[in-house]
Amino acid sequence: MDVIVCVKHIPETAETDIKIDNTGKAIEKNDLVFGINEWDDYALEEAVRLKEKFGGTVTAITVGSEDAESTLRKCLARGADKAIRLTDPKFEGSDGYAIAKILSKVIKDFPFNLILTGAQAGDDGYAVVGAILAGLLGIPHATMVKKIESNGEVAKLSRELEGGLEEIVEVKLPAVLAIQTGINEPRYVSIMGTRKAMQKEIKVIGLAELGLSENEVGEAGSWIKIEKMYAPPIEKQAEFLKGSPEEIASKIAEILKARGLV
Amino acid sequence: MREIFVLTEHRQKQIRDITFEMLTKGKELADKTNTELTAVLFGKDVGNHAKTLSDHAKKVLLVEDAKLENFNSEAYQKVLSNLIRERKPLLTLIGHTSFGVDLAPSLAVSLDVPLATDCIDLEFENGTLTVTRQMYSGKVNVKAVLRNAESYIATIRQATFPVKKEAPMNGEIIEVPSPLSEEITKKRFIEYVLPPPRGVDITAAEVLVGIGRGIKDVGNIPLVEELATTLGGTLACSRPIVDKGWLPNDRQVGSSGKTIKPKLYFALGISGAFQHIVGMKNSELIIAVNKDPKAPIFGVADYGVIEDLFKIVPPLKSKINELKGQKT
Repeated sequence: MDVIVCVKHIPETAETDIKIDNTGKAIEKNDLVFGINEWDDYALEEAVRLKEKFGGTVTAITVGSEDAESTLRKCLARGADKAIRLTDPKFEGSDGYAIAKILSKVIKDFPFNLILTGAQAGDDGYAVVGAILAGLLGIPHATMVKKIESNGEVAKLSRELEGGLEEIVEVKLPAVLAIQTGINEPRYVSIMGTRKAMQKEIKVIGLAELGLSENEVGEAGSWIKIEKMYAPPIEKQAEFLKGSPEEIASKIAEILKARGLV
Repeated sequence: MREIFVLTEHRQKQIRDITFEMLTKGKELADKTNTELTAVLFGKDVGNHAKTLSDHAKKVLLVEDAKLENFNSEAYQKVLSNLIRERKPLLTLIGHTSFGVDLAPSLAVSLDVPLATDCIDLEFENGTLTVTRQMYSGKVNVKAVLRNAESYIATIRQATFPVKKEAPMNGEIIEVPSPLSEEITKKRFIEYVLPPPRGVDITAAEVLVGIGRGIKDVGNIPLVEELATTLGGTLACSRPIVDKGWLPNDRQVGSSGKTIKPKLYFALGISGAFQHIVGMKNSELIIAVNKDPKAPIFGVADYGVIEDLFKIVPPLKSKINELKGQKT
């Protein structure tokens, strides 16, 4: 089974304090730690597991600048056979739609049975690339995928719904599956594996080679354009308890006592 | 008159809340843009739903077909794209739910209509749709403008627009023949599955201690579990902890887990992604400990502590034990 996995190189922001830069349209990224988008990490692991089960290849593709090569190296170290980086200064400002168009141009000439993406990205959170890609390629898709079983012809999937409910659906292959976190346990890679991955080639493809025009990508080729970024308005702010850990602990204990919770 | 469509989301005989939330926002937008609010309903034997919806919209477009009995993005896309082509609504609202994210993107591509997802607000400025959404784990808000177009599609975040009680609108129910002549072959719904409960019902607990990414390692869980026990409470968690396999999914608080309303919710190392917040914001007392002063959890907590949870948990446990000692 030949699997393509689309990955994104993004800053880790869930546990980090972030600041809006002086353009007011982006965040300051200099001090942030970048890595593979969390959802894509699960998609990558799932792709490698499918290869281990059925044979075939895994190709990792990203749209991004040279920095994104570290994420592709991670894919290679984890078990991807090939890595492709799609890049062009004109890609700047692309939304999920433009990114899907860029990906579709390279994928359409590629043999594959499955394309895996993350269900969303931790930066923009659009949650659209996989399903748009399927639409552009004219193949079926399923999002929020938590389990994949396949005989090579069809894939039987479990999709995560709300409140703990799941639905079982079947899609014909080839298809695009957008993977939800928790579908597997991404493996750790040995130092040897990482070293070997450093020697593999990463293919780099630009705008012209993809057969795309400038107005199909970037802001011009996007559905949505960021006008302004700002701190979310605070409806309610917690009362902050200050002091040494001991003092804070005493204050919490008093609050709980006053409420009859201790 | 042009319309604003709201796609009805229903499952297992129930219209889901997101539908009414979208109808509330849709009504406001229809009033402002001089358009008409239309609920779009697909299903099989869902006349009762159509009647319910007629209280909330000017029109209900009802398409009944056995192939539409359960949500199937392939079938839904065919029927909805037909309706959008024919009636050219100014805007189509779809829930940013598991159903909605499976449908909206490929629908938008097939129609070449611009799409904005996970919107927390929408408005029209000179006929162009402008939306508010969040980025970077809910830590920034973004105002974004869509490409100018005749028609737009937007997916709406759940639990964002409070439903307003309004006088019944007595909407007209219009039955539209199903355009699905051929079988739906690429995608097939099989069944719903609810994973069996594993013994712990966190929704019944009066005190819950929730852990998130800040717990760092599975080996640190016993420390927090001891605190929970000291407080006579139960351990709960945010999604990443379940994803890592550190706690079973019946401990998960949030939109894909449980909605809780305990007397005390202690959030430790939880930044407060929107999906978690919707599951716990109605707790009676919320105390949050997080290192990041901008963590969204502090926007719903009553008391906040900007500190490493590992510095707070041990002294807190002894203080509570002291208090309990005094009691007896």
